[in-house]
Amino acid sequence: MASSIKERDSLDPVRGRKLLVEGGPSFHDLTEQVCAPVESPGLAWWVAFLPSLGLLGVYGIALGWLLWEGVGVWGLNNPVDWGWAIVNFVFWVGIGHAGTLISAILFLFRQQWRTAVNRSAEAMTIFAVICALQFPTFHTGRPWLLYWTAPLPNQMEMWPNFRSPLLWDVFAVSTYFTVSLLFWYVGLVPDLATMRDRATTKIRRIAYGIFSLGWRGSTRHWQHYEKAYLLLAGLATPLVLSVHTIVSFDFAVSQLPGWHTTIFPPYFVAGAIFSGFAMVLTLLIPIRKWYGLEHIITIKHLENMAKIILLTGSLVGYAYGMEFFIAWYSGNPYESFAFVNRAFGPYAWAYWIMISCNVISPQLVWFKKIRRSPKALFVLSIFVNIGMWFERFVITVTSLHRDFLPSSWDYYSPTIWDLGMLIGSFGLFFTLFCLFLRYLPMIALAEVKAVMPEASPHFGEDH
Amino acid sequence: MPAIFPRWTNKIPLAVGVGAPLVGAFLIFAIWYWWSPSFTDVGYRPKQPVPFSHALHAGDMGMDCRYCHNTVERAAHAAIPPSATCMNCHSQVKTDSPRLALIRTSYETGDSVPWVRVHQLPDYAYFDHRPHLAAGVGCVSCHGRIDGMDVVEMAKPMSMGWCLDCHRNPGPNLRPPSQVTNMNWAESEEAKSYDYKNDPERKRMPAPPVHCSGCHR
Repeated sequence: MASSIKERDSLDPVRGRKLLVEGGPSFHDLTEQVCAPVESPGLAWWVAFLPSLGLLGVYGIALGWLLWEGVGVWGLNNPVDWGWAIVNFVFWVGIGHAGTLISAILFLFRQQWRTAVNRSAEAMTIFAVICALQFPTFHTGRPWLLYWTAPLPNQMEMWPNFRSPLLWDVFAVSTYFTVSLLFWYVGLVPDLATMRDRATTKIRRIAYGIFSLGWRGSTRHWQHYEKAYLLLAGLATPLVLSVHTIVSFDFAVSQLPGWHTTIFPPYFVAGAIFSGFAMVLTLLIPIRKWYGLEHIITIKHLENMAKIILLTGSLVGYAYGMEFFIAWYSGNPYESFAFVNRAFGPYAWAYWIMISCNVISPQLVWFKKIRRSPKALFVLSIFVNIGMWFERFVITVTSLHRDFLPSSWDYYSPTIWDLGMLIGSFGLFFTLFCLFLRYLPMIALAEVKAVMPEASPHFGEDH
Repeated sequence: MPAIFPRWTNKIPLAVGVGAPLVGAFLIFAIWYWWSPSFTDVGYRPKQPVPFSHALHAGDMGMDCRYCHNTVERAAHAAIPPSATCMNCHSQVKTDSPRLALIRTSYETGDSVPWVRVHQLPDYAYFDHRPHLAAGVGCVSCHGRIDGMDVVEMAKPMSMGWCLDCHRNPGPNLRPPSQVTNMNWAESEEAKSYDYKNDPERKRMPAPPVHCSGCHR
């Protein structure tokens, strides 16, 4: 059944809409299929896990050298004092946003197709936020004093300055991480109970038993669960928007031409959703194939995600155009120069990579052939990820490297240690993601079961 | 299906509910107490190479602080007296005391006595003695009753918060500038009624800085 992807989507007999789980598995089949990768991971998992662990080693080395030798091992110079670290930070935070969008915003909009992808998307959020948090921590010259950003009473009688968006970042990202983790965990509890009840070894039974918090699936449990889930979804939705808005304030609040722009908050959020959905596709397209879950994460799911990529990609494209328009319309020579410099200056290569990946490539999604082809979407999602990394690079570096005073113009080239941190952060991400695939059900079983036609009280009726 | 966990595990939530606030409260206490300079610094009392007694010199014999620490009114740094200052008297007094051997050697050879510094601020805090003395902050306010110490110890934490408390409200630590080295002033009748704002001796009011560049230049 996993291989029988039909060209036309089959319809749900109760709702008359496209079927979310294809091939007509029973509830039991579904449980078996989703739990299989956790209960017997197989070779494919090791093939993914070991290289991830290797990259995590790269991260360890890059971080160790950074802490030992100092932040000067990176290629930063005096005009460009935010380089790859901030680029990677915004990149990873952006990646994380699709997870919450899928689990919270689509939940509020009653989009039932989210059920097949939300668990892994939330896991992606959490791991991406962990990766993101490394960068603001370690890009500081003295990371061991990071606790000074916390408003704690202390013997210095000093408090952080609440006017800095970098402090808001601390609150935004740590709140975002906490709420995402809670949201993910609340969603996991019924499935952990399933894992507990299926456990064959004592250790697994106890471990899943502890984390499932004594879930018995009673009506009262479910009632509280649904209410908590809805509340968290309602809380997480403004968080998604505000967190990336605050990240965009790091730039927009400054006075720099190319940064001081009021369009940044919505534009960054659109970019975050754009890149986040691309990352979800990058992850899920191989996973559904390796684990034979193509009937649960169907072409319809991929198509829906591709449509969101098209929407947000077009928003991002609009923002690029609007930035250029305002640069000309403002009549400010610095602003105009900043954008001419982006397109034709020493970093023009980065700018045009960004434009071709972010503006041109998502437009291919208009073609049905492309948005229904997992292979094409996989390639496209990689391009979007690259493009969105370059967007942050272009915004950060091209605005800094040539600003008001020509005497402080310089060219920024990263060193091998910048590269090590970036590659290493992927190691951290994929290591965590592999562990997630190994130990937790990657599809929200309870939720998928609830949207199957059999779950409807009207199933089997003829009217 | 048999139960996984024994019945006593029902008590875990209660134990966590009671235990977590206790652990939290203890952590706050532990950090507040053992990580604070008023615990770690106050009472610091290193052994000095020469057993100099402030209690004898400043207390019993009543020497003025400025006889030895002679730069305190004129320089940022309050000098440790050179061996020559010791020898002003000790070339005549206790000339063969073994406890003064190091002073005599130092005087003859010119090598410094390796005194151990008790009040050590980090180098990014630029403390200046002059304005404090000019404003009428007595020695006692920061260094305690030195005249009763056989071995000098830290009487105050010298933490930034401690500095700022006084800079924000200097009144309680101010006295007539002529009384700064008087160890007993605080016990006097005058101290009880002293109001620095109505002191005719003062030409201008002290304005202690509370901005960064006051100390972190």
